[in-house]
Formats: sequence, C-alpha cells, structure tokens
Amino acid sequence: MTNEVTACIDGSKSSEAVCDAATWAAAQLNAPLTLLHVLEKSSFAESDLSGSIGLGVREHLLQQLTELDAQRSRLAMESSRLMLEDTAIRINRDHPRLQVNTLQRHGRLSDNILDRQDKINLLIIGRQGQSHDENDGTQVGSQLETVTRTVRCPVLVTTGHFTPPKKIMMAFDGTPAALETIKAHLDSPLLEGTECHLVMVNHDDSAHIACFGEATQLLQNREGMTTVTAHLTGDLEQVLTDYKQQHDIQLIVMGAYGHSRFRQFFIGSHTRNMLNHTRIPLLLLR
Amino acid sequence: MMQTMKQEWFSNIRGDLLSGTVVALALIPEAIAFSIIAGVDPKVGLYASFCIAVIIAFVGGRPGMISAATGAMSLLMVTLVKDHGLQYLLAATLLTGVIQIVAGFLKLGDLMRFVSRAVVTGFVNALAILIFMAQLPELTNVTWHVYAMTAAGLGIIYLFPYVPKIGTWLPSPLVCIIAMTAVAMIWNIDIRTVADMGELPDTLPVFLWPDVPLNLETLWIILPYSCALAAVGLLESMMTATIVDDLTDTDSDRNRECKGQGVANIGAGLLGGMAGCAMIGQSMINVKSGGRGRLSTFVAGFFLLIMVVFLDEWIGQIPMAALVAVMIMVSIGTFSWDSVVNLKKHPLSTNVVMLATVGVVVATHNLALGVFIGVLLAALFFANKIGQYMMVKREETAPSHVTYRVIGQVFFASADEFVNSFDFHEVLSRVTIDLSQAHFWDITAVSALDKVVIKFRREGADVDLIGMNEASATLVDRFGVHDKPEEIEKLLGGH
Repeated sequence: MTNEVTACIDGSKSSEAVCDAATWAAAQLNAPLTLLHVLEKSSFAESDLSGSIGLGVREHLLQQLTELDAQRSRLAMESSRLMLEDTAIRINRDHPRLQVNTLQRHGRLSDNILDRQDKINLLIIGRQGQSHDENDGTQVGSQLETVTRTVRCPVLVTTGHFTPPKKIMMAFDGTPAALETIKAHLDSPLLEGTECHLVMVNHDDSAHIACFGEATQLLQNREGMTTVTAHLTGDLEQVLTDYKQQHDIQLIVMGAYGHSRFRQFFIGSHTRNMLNHTRIPLLLLR
Repeated sequence: MMQTMKQEWFSNIRGDLLSGTVVALALIPEAIAFSIIAGVDPKVGLYASFCIAVIIAFVGGRPGMISAATGAMSLLMVTLVKDHGLQYLLAATLLTGVIQIVAGFLKLGDLMRFVSRAVVTGFVNALAILIFMAQLPELTNVTWHVYAMTAAGLGIIYLFPYVPKIGTWLPSPLVCIIAMTAVAMIWNIDIRTVADMGELPDTLPVFLWPDVPLNLETLWIILPYSCALAAVGLLESMMTATIVDDLTDTDSDRNRECKGQGVANIGAGLLGGMAGCAMIGQSMINVKSGGRGRLSTFVAGFFLLIMVVFLDEWIGQIPMAALVAVMIMVSIGTFSWDSVVNLKKHPLSTNVVMLATVGVVVATHNLALGVFIGVLLAALFFANKIGQYMMVKREETAPSHVTYRVIGQVFFASADEFVNSFDFHEVLSRVTIDLSQAHFWDITAVSALDKVVIKFRREGADVDLIGMNEASATLVDRFGVHDKPEEIEKLLGGH
C-alpha cells in the first residue's frame, strides 16, 4: 500500500475536522484511510524534593519510574484505542465503503510520520493539537511545524470545521519551482470537481508572468476542474485574505517550500504566516 | 528544531526549577571538598561547578544530567597542583577540553559499547568508595564534636524525608547543613568550617587566561594530566548518561556530550575553574527530584553561583562535618547495591572484572586505569569463552585416510587447541581437513592451519583442504554486512 491517506488524530477538538477532511480526501483519492494516534510520553515526573539518596537508590528509582510510566502508558493506550475505534466506526457509519485502518504508535509524531512517509499519499493534521484546546485559535500547534517541515508528501492542515471544498485558491509565486509543484500534482484526483482560482500576487516581470501563463495553461487543460486566474498587487497575505473572502474560497493550496536552501529547512515564512492566520483549511504541497 | 529546543528546555519547567535548586545544594559540598583535596581554594571548584553546569546545559547531549567539578577529576590533579601550582591546572583544564572536543569529533563516544556492564558497575562502585575515602581526612585527628555532627547530619539526611508533608518538599541535605551550621554557631563549637579551608568566591567569575609560559615544556607538563582528565571525564559522563537514559527512558547523543564536556571544561578553565565532568550521584538526585530537561542543569549551576556569591559569609560558617555528611550520602547513593547482591548470581568472570576495576581504582585513584584493566579483562574472558566454541572431529574415511572436520571459531585464543586436536603420530597416507563449518578469524588461525598441514606433510601424508574459502571469509576486517542480514547468514550459517 503506497497511497494511504493518513489522518493524525489525538482526541482533541480539532480531530473532528481532521476526520471530516480525511474522509473527504480518501473518497476523492479512492484510497484507504489510516487513523494515526501517536502516544507521546509526557516528561511529567512525580517530584520528591527530599534530595537524599540512599543505598540502592538507582534500582529503586528505576523500578518506581518504570511502574509509573507503565501505568500511564496502559491508560493512554486504552483510551487511545477506544478513541480510534470510535472514530473509525463513526466514519464507517457515514461512508461504509471506505477502508479505515487504525494505528497506534509510541514516540514523537514527527518521527513516526517520517518513518512511514513513503506509505503516505496525503497527510492530514489539525492546526492545533491536544495541548492547545484552550487557546483562542491563533497559534500553530507545537507539532505542526516540525511535521510540515520534515515530510515530503502533501499535508492538509485543517482548522475549525471542514466542509468539502467547492472553490479552492492556489497561491502561485511565479517561480519554476512552483510550476514544477503544480505539474507534479496535476493528475491527482484530490481536487477534482472544484473551481480552482490560480492567484499570483505582485511579480510583474516577464519571467514570472511566463510561469504564471504556463501554470494557467496546465490547469485549464486539466479535465474535471474549472480554472479562474487572477494577478493582483499589494501585500501578499492581505491580498490573499481579501480574495479568499470575496470569492468564498474554502481551501487554500500553497507550496510549502522556502526560496533558498537555508529557508527550505524551515518552511517558507509566508506559508507559516498563512498557517498562523488562516481560518480555512490549507493544503501544503512539496 | 524549535520544537526539540522547547521540548528539551521548557517541557517540565516546574520540576526542573525545583530539582535544579535541590541539586545545587548537593553540588556545593562536592565542589568544596574536592577543591581541598586537589589542593586549591574552594572557589576554584565552585566557579568550575557553576561554569560547567551552565555551559553543559546548552551544549550537552544528555538533558537532565548534572555536570560540575567532581571528585573523580580532582583526584587526578593533586600532583599537578602540588608540583606546578594553580595556573598549570587551569592550562591543563583548557587542554582537557580540547582533547574532549576532538574525541567528540572522532566519535569516541561510540567506543562505550566496548565497556561491559561489569566494568560500569565496577567504575560506579569505585567512584563511591573514592568519594567516601576522600571524606576520611576530615574525620581523623578531630574532636568528638565532629563525629557527633557527622552522625547527626546523616541522621537528618536520611530521617527528615519521613517527616510528614515538609519532608518531601524541603531537601534534607539543606536541612542538615542549616541545622549543623546553627548548632556550631550557637554553641560556638571550635571545629573546622568551610572558611578555614581557603578562599571562597566573593565576586562573579572573571575571564582570565592561565598565567603559564606558552611553550612545549608547559605542554609536556600538562599533557599527561589532560589526557587522564579527558579520559576519566568522558568515561564518567558516558556512564552517567547511560544511567540517566535508563532512568528516564530517553536517548542521549553521546558524541555531542563529549564535545559539550570539552566546551564546558574550556569555559571553566577560562573562568578560573578546574576540570569537571558528569556526576552520577547528583544526576540521580536530579532525576529523583523530578528534573528532566536542560533547564534543571542550568538552574543548578546558576543557583549555585547565586548562593555562593551572595551568601559567602554564611557559607564560610558551615562546619565541614555537615558537608562530610552530605558527601557520605552521595557516596552511598552512588554505590550500586545490586552489584553486591548479585555477586552470588553472576558468573565468576563478571565478578572478577567488576572487582578488578574497583581494586585498581582504589589502589591508584585513577578511574581511567581501572576501566582499562576492566575492559582488558572482560575482553580476555570473552575471547576465552568464544575460543571454547571449537571442535575437531576425526573420521576414518578409508584405510589410512582420515578426515578431520573442524567446527567453530578458530582465532588466537583457540589456535593452540586447534593444533593439538590433530593426531600427528598416526601413520596415514592421506588426510582431509574439512573447514567448511569453521571460521578463521585472524592470521593466528591461518598460521596454525599452515602448521598442521606442514606437520602432516612431514609425516608423509597428502593433505586436502575443503572449504578454505568459506572459512576464511571472516578474515576480512570490514565485512560491511551490518545492514545486510542475508550476508551475515551466508557468512555465519552452515555454508
């Protein structure tokens, strides 16, 4: 199986949107869906501040810490299993034909995704994880940045609620790299049936405009999609946000790459800002 | 990267702050006690502890491990300080740091896999014994007051945690130090205090370049010391890292830790401190107190400096007996009690390795030497054991024709046994030696085979060798099969 849709859920508020998006994507791609929950070990420790160490302290301490971890892990495993099963049942109730697998892993989310990334066709993750439930919704979850930086497959980041998109906006920066990205993903059935708005902001020189033209051609020749283009000027993020509101866009597609090798290590700064402020789902392409 | 940093520094803020504070209290006695043993002012050890703890918090490879001025290191410096003075010690500290950084780049941290469990246990026990023995000068030729105070101090340390409520959140070493200081001051008992032992820090440490002539002569003086310091520092750090790994169920980056120890020692040398390394006892106190992240190490160093610089009047009043009590606790906690219990269960060779390590260290006060002997013994025992996995079967194939079938491992330890397995007095016209189930590991094995063949020829027999190619496939130094399981099977399976 090399084309699974993997959804990272953790039982938090955002998991619902992740599931909805995953169901939609798996149906579009006609691919099996894997629900992944990574059990991260909290470094929380019972503290005993007596500061004294006696004979056999190492053995005692090891035993004590192991027992503590074992208890915590068992509880976490059980609740995670229930959560995954519930979610799978719920998805199958609405979409009986979808193949849903569940997967539990120990360790860190980013490490586990990296280990499996050649099996993953599309990764779906909520903008905020468990530890962010009480926040107001402007901050990116601690996991997301690492994950988006390290994986090589497309990542769909969900926010708030998810509705199957009818209108999408593709933010295009007019570089050959962006063109390559579009070419690489052109045949994917994920966005079939949507109205695609290809938007470029600024970049008035001929090289960028030529790329833009080529991208437009590619998308217009793609069957099963209608394409609208726009070349605007102004502050990038502001313009994109305004355009999104005016045209009732439900999904933004962006390249998640930087423009230099150094910045490639991080994700592009525009991408990060969009991640921070977007109220609609974001599809990051590599 | 940001996430890793956040994880390593700020994932356990409350626990790290509290445990760092507790650990700082356990750093002070060791820094003071071993500065005195090394023959320098307590401030040298205290500055070193501050620098090393703070620097290693940033550059170390094992979050939550405590490094500072240690007993193991100061025992190696005694003669250097006595013969050449403090400035040479500072220069040696800088060189130690450089050697450790080089070791880190050469990935010598990976060599730890050759140090067996028995050697580690022996090292830990020897360290505990050294720490305990280092306290004895404070307990000889003194009045009964000192014995009473040490005993009372130990009583407080081990019994105070049983006091309901405050017992678990007030560090008992602190209670011990405060109580003993109060007793000594109130009754004005005339016993040795920290102030009697030399200069305490009264300012923040300042940058200073060691005042030694920069020439080859200096290098030859400090190099042997620096090498020993670097080796012991890395050994103790790697072993402590293993212990912390086990306790917290996380991994550490050993080569980064090597480099980090080097950077920390250079920092210490430039700020007037002596070389240090990771501390087993204090790291265990840290883990037990709930410290897990880099913040705990940082807080330990920082808090130590704050206490020492701003409370120097009071620190000077602490009776040495109180510090001795704390150090005895560290020594008891460092000692691996299990190793004594397991003496009966473990095989003799393991026990010999462990006890030899302890014995050599206690006799020479040099942990590196002990580890060297321990590793050597362990390797010899292992070679001996594997050497027994060799057998030569004799079969009479035809009249005056014998086939010897060699099975198992032939190398330097089993080569003699191999030669002796053949009966050269037998009168034969033809000998076949089947090697297809044997492994020749080194040149000793090959020459032993040559010897056997020549001997048979001299007796007038024709010798045929079967399976020589397969048997000698293991001769090559680099197999390059670690990642190819089928290759290993080909090599070691029944060809």
